[in-house]
Amino acid sequence: MYPEDRYYTKSHEWIKVEGNHATVGVTYYAQEQLVEVVFVELPEPGMEVKAGDGIAVLESVKAVSDIYAPVSGTILEVNKKLEDQPELINKDPYGEGWIFSLEIIQKEEIDKLIRATEYQSHIKNEPK
Amino acid sequence: MRYIPTTDQDRKEMLKSLGLQSVEELFDDVPDRVRLQGELNLPSAQTEYELFKSLKSLAEKNNNLEQYPSFLGAGAYGHLIPSAVQHILSRSEFYTAYTPYQPEISQGVLQAIYEYQSLICSLTGMDVANASLYDGATALAEAAVLAGEATKRKKIFLPMTIHPEYRMVTQLYLENRGMEVIQIPHDKGQTDLNYLKDNINEEIAGVLIQQPNFFGILEEVKEVASLTQKFGALLVVSVNPISLGILEAPGHYGADIAVGEGQGLGNPVAFGGPFLGFFATRDRFIRQIPGRIVGATKDIEGKRGFVLTLQTREQHIRRQRASSNICSNQALNALAATVFLCLVGKKGLQEVANLCLQKAHYAYRKITSIKGYSPLFTQPFFHEFPIQTPDSPEVINKVLLEKGIIGGLDLKRHYPELGPSMLLCVTEARTKKEIDTLVQALENYHE
Repeated sequence: MYPEDRYYTKSHEWIKVEGNHATVGVTYYAQEQLVEVVFVELPEPGMEVKAGDGIAVLESVKAVSDIYAPVSGTILEVNKKLEDQPELINKDPYGEGWIFSLEIIQKEEIDKLIRATEYQSHIKNEPK
Repeated sequence: MRYIPTTDQDRKEMLKSLGLQSVEELFDDVPDRVRLQGELNLPSAQTEYELFKSLKSLAEKNNNLEQYPSFLGAGAYGHLIPSAVQHILSRSEFYTAYTPYQPEISQGVLQAIYEYQSLICSLTGMDVANASLYDGATALAEAAVLAGEATKRKKIFLPMTIHPEYRMVTQLYLENRGMEVIQIPHDKGQTDLNYLKDNINEEIAGVLIQQPNFFGILEEVKEVASLTQKFGALLVVSVNPISLGILEAPGHYGADIAVGEGQGLGNPVAFGGPFLGFFATRDRFIRQIPGRIVGATKDIEGKRGFVLTLQTREQHIRRQRASSNICSNQALNALAATVFLCLVGKKGLQEVANLCLQKAHYAYRKITSIKGYSPLFTQPFFHEFPIQTPDSPEVINKVLLEKGIIGGLDLKRHYPELGPSMLLCVTEARTKKEIDTLVQALENYHE
């Protein structure tokens, strides 16, 4: 449920890094907590973001959550499919439910992110 | 709320558990100089009957609109209200209800809001309406904010013919969101279209317009709409809902957002409110609407039911990132509007609007034929019109009040450059006799 090939944030985003390019989505745990995602507000391609900025919004029936940029960079692409099929986040959070990709500016920011095992122990301690 | 009295014994026990000797000690942190010294300035206890009499005599010091025919409008309008409105409003299921978060126990309130939304949509020609806002001014400001968010642009056109208080509220909202307000001057009481033509460009997020405008005059909304659309800006129209009985709905001439003050729909004029802001727009902006929306659905057994469908942009869920930080709506006032609209119906609303128009024009013809009183502007108007007066309206209004008449709004307060002039309003609630009395009083004014 928590692929080893990516990094995680404590705010429940995953990030898959390939060179200077990174894809971002939310974790299995995040989509499970949200229950049914009904709307996704995507960032604009070309937008410059800093690590920790709230740049996308996931809306479920009873809650709204901000999605934060795990690292600083420029938004390259957004998953337009989510506009009509927000449920992809629930169905396939690590694949078809990706949210945006970005070009990483400061590679060293990645070192501050956590790996799958650490993330799993983090969510165990989350208040329910 | 239940009233739970405390006895001396209760107080003693509470103080004891806090380790205090007296109530005074509880307030020790408040400096002496700002504390009330001595007793409250209140008479001693009275019997129920004595109290009723003294409160009644206090209340009678106010002049009320039942005794005094009023020609004062400017955003708060005295219309006739069928007595069934008050009756339904007084049902405790409605007036004690707060926010209907629990759909299973709030079906009546939710249905009433759903009907209200539907009525506002048909009235404005829009796809979707929220469950109401505080008042017409904040509704306009919220609409300007939406225009900025939706277009990602930062400039708003705000004509000088919009209600001055609405302009102040809008300006305050926008300035603090880093948006720029550009005022459009007026030309003989109408928004200056040439100014609009010369200055509109792709940086403008929205054009706001009021129909009829603050002077009661009809704006060239179709032309404003086509100019606005040409540059990809949103058109926000603030409408008087009663006028929609005879004027075209904003949705039909290209408005993107229709807002307004709903007080005139079944809510009496009462000091400073409560008022009722309505907000309607196109489907595509549904996720950016401030406040909440009630939707109709079916339960597991297929029975029709109502729920708060869209409320996730609200303050109680989104906190500081909510679309709007006005969390409460005006459910009881919206209910009054709903009952009012259902009772008068389509034809009734048309009649109310037509009577307003006819009576206002009758008054206008009579008043402007008196020596010293002339039209300030000559553009078509609905039920309000400004006239130049031979003296300061302040003085004239005093004389009118002595004769039991509430006069118009002194325009000096907001438009000092217009000279001595007042804005008069005539609704269907004014009789011909009352209008004739006003005309007579203005005629005899100098005697």
